[in-house]
Amino acid sequence: MDSQILEPSLYSVKAIMILDNDGNRLMAKYFDDQFPSAKEQKTFEKNLFNKTHRANAEIIMFEGLTCVYRSNVDLFFYVVGSSNENELILSSVLNGFYEAISQILRRNVEKRSLLENLDAVFLAMDEICDGGIILDCDSSSIVSKVAIRTDDIPIGEQTVSQVIQTAKEQIKWSLLK
Amino acid sequence: MINQGDQTIGSTEATEAFFAMTKLFQSKDATLRRLMYMGIKDMSKIANDVIIVTSSLMKDMTGKDDQFRGPAIRALCSITDTTMLQSIERYMKQAIVDKCHAVASAALVSSLHLSKGSQDVTKRWVNEAQEAVSSDNIMVQYHALGLLYHIKKHDKLAVTKLVSKFSKHSLKSPYAYCLLIRIASKLIADEDAGSDSPMYEFIENCLRHKNEIVIYEAAHAMVNMKGITTKELAPAVSVLQLFCSSPKPTLRFAAVRTLNRVAMKHPAAVTTCNLDLENLITDTNRSIATLAITTLLKTGSESSVDRLMKQISTFMSEISDEFKIVVVQAIQSLCLKYPRKHNVMMNFLSSMLRDEGGFEYKKAIVDSIIIIIEDNSEAKEAGLAHLCEFIEDCEHTVLATRILHLLGREGPRTPTPSKYIRFIYNRVILENAAVRAAAVTAMAKFGAHCEELLESCIVLLERCELDSDDEVRDRATFYVHVLRERQKALNSAYILNGLQVSVVGLERALHQYTLEPSDKPFDMKSVPLATQPLTEQRSTAGGAKEPGDTVTSKPTEKVASSRQDVYAEQLAGIPEFANLGPLFKSSSLPVELTESETEYVVRCIKHTYSRYMVFQFDCTNTLNDQVLEKVTVHMENTDDFQVLKCVPCPKLPYDSPGTTYTLVRLPEEATAVTGTFSCTLKFIVKDCDPNTGEADDEGYDDEYVLEDVEVSVADHVQKVMKPNFGASWDEVGPDNEMEDTFALSTMKTLDDAVKNIIQYLGMQPCERSDKVPEGKSAHTLYLAGVYRGGHDALVQAKLAMADGGVTMQLTVRSTDPNVSEVLVSAIG
Repeated sequence: MDSQILEPSLYSVKAIMILDNDGNRLMAKYFDDQFPSAKEQKTFEKNLFNKTHRANAEIIMFEGLTCVYRSNVDLFFYVVGSSNENELILSSVLNGFYEAISQILRRNVEKRSLLENLDAVFLAMDEICDGGIILDCDSSSIVSKVAIRTDDIPIGEQTVSQVIQTAKEQIKWSLLK
Repeated sequence: MINQGDQTIGSTEATEAFFAMTKLFQSKDATLRRLMYMGIKDMSKIANDVIIVTSSLMKDMTGKDDQFRGPAIRALCSITDTTMLQSIERYMKQAIVDKCHAVASAALVSSLHLSKGSQDVTKRWVNEAQEAVSSDNIMVQYHALGLLYHIKKHDKLAVTKLVSKFSKHSLKSPYAYCLLIRIASKLIADEDAGSDSPMYEFIENCLRHKNEIVIYEAAHAMVNMKGITTKELAPAVSVLQLFCSSPKPTLRFAAVRTLNRVAMKHPAAVTTCNLDLENLITDTNRSIATLAITTLLKTGSESSVDRLMKQISTFMSEISDEFKIVVVQAIQSLCLKYPRKHNVMMNFLSSMLRDEGGFEYKKAIVDSIIIIIEDNSEAKEAGLAHLCEFIEDCEHTVLATRILHLLGREGPRTPTPSKYIRFIYNRVILENAAVRAAAVTAMAKFGAHCEELLESCIVLLERCELDSDDEVRDRATFYVHVLRERQKALNSAYILNGLQVSVVGLERALHQYTLEPSDKPFDMKSVPLATQPLTEQRSTAGGAKEPGDTVTSKPTEKVASSRQDVYAEQLAGIPEFANLGPLFKSSSLPVELTESETEYVVRCIKHTYSRYMVFQFDCTNTLNDQVLEKVTVHMENTDDFQVLKCVPCPKLPYDSPGTTYTLVRLPEEATAVTGTFSCTLKFIVKDCDPNTGEADDEGYDDEYVLEDVEVSVADHVQKVMKPNFGASWDEVGPDNEMEDTFALSTMKTLDDAVKNIIQYLGMQPCERSDKVPEGKSAHTLYLAGVYRGGHDALVQAKLAMADGGVTMQLTVRSTDPNVSEVLVSAIG
């Protein structure tokens, strides 16, 4: 935990993962080679889960890494960074990730609906972080980039232009028929 | 799609899957299309022939649909290599300045990934990145800044400009601010700039930023600065104090962790936050609570210690090992600060020892107890008792052997040594071979040190002679024989003080001996002596016994070859010096013979052999338009020293160090050991082109005057640690004793005197006598060393404060009369 000057770099996130209620992996992405093999990743996840699933405390120092986490019903969201990383940046990534997913799943953040929309969740993860560099932390812009099934998203969460767009298309289709 | 799972896909499979996937390019479904990009990215590492899709991706990248362009760029960059890069360069440049934020960000980030492989291509995109920084989207700004910094990283001036430019323009993105703060603080650290630099001002201004991410980053940066004073820290600390009462656990955690770090260096600065920290002790997040307590332990006063200890023990079982180690370290430092509280602390530590925990954790506790014992003689009894209890039930061999070693060293000197024997003998019965061997050694030390226990120790050791392990048996037999002799000198030489040679050196010498069989017995004195590591306390604490190849036990040095062994290796490689015999000592720190900013920088290291001395000159040429050839250092002969040979450095180009050696024969007269040489650097200068490094053919002779090199007594003496000074003192005997009294009028305190004497003589302080207890007016310093040629030398210096100066009575004992004389005269 010695204090040293950080080499300024954009690579701030080491891993993002979602685990289920029993600590099993639903999805996980590692951005550096601290845990090279799948087996090491699994043990790391298991240990991390054991430490965190009881106390809902948001942040923990674990094996020399800073992990911020958040849970909902039967899902656990983790963002892992180096112990020298700004904790607040990590937590802003986590929040962006969580919010984006909860929008994609229409506030229904649980394992079943996550698996049903796995494709979109993957895309969201891809949009948040690319190879360890934070791409975006703003949930609404992530959702708009993922931008799938706009017609499924309730009217209240669409922008005006999107609503008009869908309306236009529907009219077009009806005319063609 | 699910290659996130457990099984790794083979290369051929991946390729097949990949081609199947490329058919999806025709797909209209947006989601599928996007997933495909991800797939390409992930598979690019394992599949072959990924290049094939480049053209399709390029089409998408320049297409109309913004939604596809970003991911397409990222996927493309993950599959291209340097050769392909040329062709997509134009598109990348366009993309960086694209209006659509997502596209610009994607392009910037990808180019950052690319720049790891090929610096020069991305370098050409500086202008585009420059433009992107002024974008109004926060993420684009952040990424552009990152890329700019990465490109200009090696050019300090450019980075400075970059920071000063953007610290004036207000950036929008908090992330970009954080990055900028980091760059600035790195600059400050590199340049050792004080608080008056503009960078510092910028960081301080950031403390008043709106966004808390930025505020925290700034505070963090300030705390981590090297030479910061308590007063300068005050604004940062007050910001962190505010964070402490935030509702967000992450913020609280960050604040407390940083405060904890402050407390390590500047406890006074944190005292203002004590109240807030106390509130955090009951925090639901255990990590926060622990950090709060340890911070308080560092800053708190003596009276609050008891209360805090009680608090910690309530949730010790719930926190992770790492935090427990933090707590242990905090307690250790506290214990050194308030020696009177050692009772409470010791009990706490021992109860922690009994709890469950991993090796690292136990090791930290044992370390702490050992350090406390060494520092506080009152705590010794209790500490040893706790450790004894611990080894009764210890599964870690390393820790057990270490504690046994400590018991062997400290135990005999306690008022009731007999009670430890029981613990040690229990080990002999119950443990594995390594521990048994250590226990046998410890027991032998008891026997050698305490007359009244000798008989019983011999009996116990005899029982060990039937042990199933060779090492244990050997040791036991050896010790029994030595003890039976009942000679103080033998005891001290073989049991109490062990063998002082470097393991690597011994190995080499033995190897050489077996290669060239001769009738002579192997000479121990030819083995280079162990250099005492600078962190002497740690090495003695860590001196766990290892079953070695010799019968005598030896304290383990660091297994890695020490610096001196490296030098020995180097020197042995030079044919001129091959017949000098074994290297006796190398001076520890190089002496600067020039100012650090002159044309040529020369540093000198002295290597002492039994009859010769080699001066190693490390030269660096700081002029980039010159190449030096045939560099030698010319040394003037003085009265008795005779310069024999020079080994020139054939060529010394700009900025790469070269080495030249000079060999000097030491005077025959044993007492003439000191001298001063005036040195001149001689060389042939050739001008050269600074860019290509090609030198002209013609050169001219030149010389450069260096500062004088001095040879002092310390160069002839090797430090040696004698764990038991008293026994060695008796062993050497009074035959060659010399005594003299000096008045050291220039020394104002005992501390100064002790430091100077150690420096003059170059010997190792024993029994921790280099630390002068506060408030005393008299002190005795014990020094031990080996003089050139392998003569043991011991020094006892009695110091006393006398009006304005220090008076010293110096007694030297050694195995050679000349050595005593030299050492006594060294002080005068």
